[in-house]
Amino acid sequence: MSRRTMVEAIRDALDISMQRDERVVVFGEDVGYFGGVFRCTQGLQQKFGASRCFDTPISELGIVGAAVGMAAYGLRPCVEIQFADYMYPAYDQIVSEAARLRYRSNGQFTAPLVVRMPTGGGIFGGQTHSQSPEALFTHVAGLKTVVPSNPHDAKGLLIAAIEDNDPVIFLEPKRLYNGPFDGHHDRPVTPWAKHPQGEVPDGHYTVPLGKAAIRRAGSAVTVLAYGTMVYVAEAAATETDIDAEIVDLRTLLPYDLETIAASVEKTGRCVVVHEATMTSGFGAELSALVQENCFYHLEAPVVRVTGWDTPYPHAQEWDYFPGPARVGRALKAAMEA
Amino acid sequence: MTDPRPLSFHVPAPAVRPGGIPDFSDVPIARAGEVRRPEVDTAPEDIRDLAYTIIRVLDRQSEAVGPWAGLLGDDELIAGLRHMMTLRAFDARMQMAQRQGKTSFYMQHTGEEAVSCAFRTALEPGDMNFPTYRQAGLLIAGGYPMLDMMCQIYSNELDPLKGRQLPVMYSSREHGFFSISGNLATQYIQAVGWAMASAMRRDTRIAAGWIGDGSTAESDFHAALVFASTYKAPVVLNIVNNQWAISTFQGIARGGSGTFAARGLGFGIPALRVDGNDYLAVHAVAKWAVERARRNLGPTLVEYVTYRVGAHSTSDDPSAYRPKTESDAWPLGDPVLRLKNHLIRRGVWSEERHKQGEAEIMASVIAVQKEAESHGTLHSGPHPSARDMFEGVYEETPPHLRRQRQQGGI
Ligand SMILES: Cc1ncc(C[n+]2csc(CCOP(=O)(O)OP(=O)(O)O)c2C)c(N)n1
Ligand SMILES: [Mg+2]
Repeated sequence: MSRRTMVEAIRDALDISMQRDERVVVFGEDVGYFGGVFRCTQGLQQKFGASRCFDTPISELGIVGAAVGMAAYGLRPCVEIQFADYMYPAYDQIVSEAARLRYRSNGQFTAPLVVRMPTGGGIFGGQTHSQSPEALFTHVAGLKTVVPSNPHDAKGLLIAAIEDNDPVIFLEPKRLYNGPFDGHHDRPVTPWAKHPQGEVPDGHYTVPLGKAAIRRAGSAVTVLAYGTMVYVAEAAATETDIDAEIVDLRTLLPYDLETIAASVEKTGRCVVVHEATMTSGFGAELSALVQENCFYHLEAPVVRVTGWDTPYPHAQEWDYFPGPARVGRALKAAMEA
Repeated sequence: MTDPRPLSFHVPAPAVRPGGIPDFSDVPIARAGEVRRPEVDTAPEDIRDLAYTIIRVLDRQSEAVGPWAGLLGDDELIAGLRHMMTLRAFDARMQMAQRQGKTSFYMQHTGEEAVSCAFRTALEPGDMNFPTYRQAGLLIAGGYPMLDMMCQIYSNELDPLKGRQLPVMYSSREHGFFSISGNLATQYIQAVGWAMASAMRRDTRIAAGWIGDGSTAESDFHAALVFASTYKAPVVLNIVNNQWAISTFQGIARGGSGTFAARGLGFGIPALRVDGNDYLAVHAVAKWAVERARRNLGPTLVEYVTYRVGAHSTSDDPSAYRPKTESDAWPLGDPVLRLKNHLIRRGVWSEERHKQGEAEIMASVIAVQKEAESHGTLHSGPHPSARDMFEGVYEETPPHLRRQRQQGGI
């Protein structure tokens, strides 16, 4: 056990996976010699050589397309897209190829690959370093989509994703790389070294895909969240003194309906939180699931708190970001309804 | 049949990394004045060699020599020098402002000033650039107010883009400067589309696309070349080869192709390679390519060979991936210094005037900066409203968005 940042935990997961299985290869833009712009692959090229960890041309289509070919050959590529905002050139390869290869070849060919990408805002990155495109992946049959919220889970989920036989989209909330950011941008962030979830076991372990975790037990209202919003929701619950139960989904697809339904049935109220825009966002899916599965337990309509339906702005970042104040208001609304 | 030998995987690597001694002596560089200047209507297949050499005008003695020389007079050259010096001073102040927390992000042009400054003066009003984030010289040499640039960088109350865009992602339709996207390469093909439209409408305006060495790897680049080639679009397709794409050396994007310019040959597009640190050479080649487009002779691909002296952006530290001394070893020198020496050689400039010019330019940049800051910086003073965030998503704000704005109390 040792305390690690999320970046270190991810690096550790890659290192261990590459060590255990020589089919695991890692590549992407600035990923090789330099070790990635967020340093998640630092030292891997040195340790495993340039055939296992290397720099690619700036072609996201090329990165994912080549990964599909390699995966079909029998390797286990874990590739990096520098920012989720730059995945669009690769979208065709992800949606039309990786996601459907197993289905259309009736299992003759599969694409066991992982596409890692930093996601989310909060760094004044403007339109092109802030987006949360998870719903564009959960909408696609054949993909699994994972969003870790802490170093412990990041490592275990990434190893599980690499070992999974289907393509996995692994979204890393960049605002959590160094600490559990709770949306209070005017305060310093506690580093992971001082947070229990920064405690990362050494060696190999997995956190199973498809299993949510209860981050804060409560009886008044259920908050469904993932990534950065887990800490924003925690802050909001503390600040409003509402006994909220916070469910960290960890894997968006396949989702853990059992945990979700059990919590909502217990509390009778539900608030769904994400950074991405609202309309057709993953929150819409969660809200529909809750309605379909927990309708007779609900005492109030499901409330969504999300980014606004605008492109991600630069100067107005904190007006856009659904921070603790907005989540707090939603908790109150759910309680008062 | 003998047993096949195992294959091996090839990953290109730069000649030196930190700790090594940079050596560009094996980089073939044509002598100034050596490369011929064909007529603009020469068939592309007759000038394939121009994609593999380097067109240069300024020689070691700071003399302008050869067939590409002689286009610009004293006043134009002095103006060009001032544009480059202004861009450099602007960079210095904005880089510092970012370090002082007055904005979130900045990207410098150091070493590449000639490319955008000298290209801009080859265009006519109405022509449209589709730039990357490293062509602010197009704005400075194109007469765009520096105050607007700074207010954009500060996302303040006068920001023409209302705080919506990342710093340096300017847009000015009026100045022939298309809105910059942070997504690389997307705009190369748009430049071709704009040029196609101009031809379709029997207009006289042309377009210029811009891309970095690293970004040529994106499919958008290849789509641009095929469309430009097929429709003979009146477009100049510029590649700024500054040797680096963040930490990735140009060999990763170039692969086995001799040069980036040579990418054009397979498409039948005339391709020229030019010394990007030579103001006169850049301008002469730009003129040549612009004339081809204007005379409806079709697209031209131009590779500017230059060097990114500074960090990629304020988020980058190049000492982790290249020797600190690499930029000093770069054989094509500094564009400002080279033009300055040429002007001195011409007898129309002096060390003294240069110093004086530098001081004047810096003083005026600082004065504009003071004014810009009086209208706010990213984290203090007047700034665009949260309401601005909801506007301009659609021509008319739809009901759901209006509802969200109300919910947010905005
Ligand atoms: C589609 C896309 N992928 C990745 C990035 C991240 N990125 C920003 S700049 C850059 C390097 C570009 O290098 P180059 O094209 O050589 O231009 P230069 O910065 O050297 O001017 C990268 C990878 C991006 N902005 N867009
Ligand atoms: Mg470059």
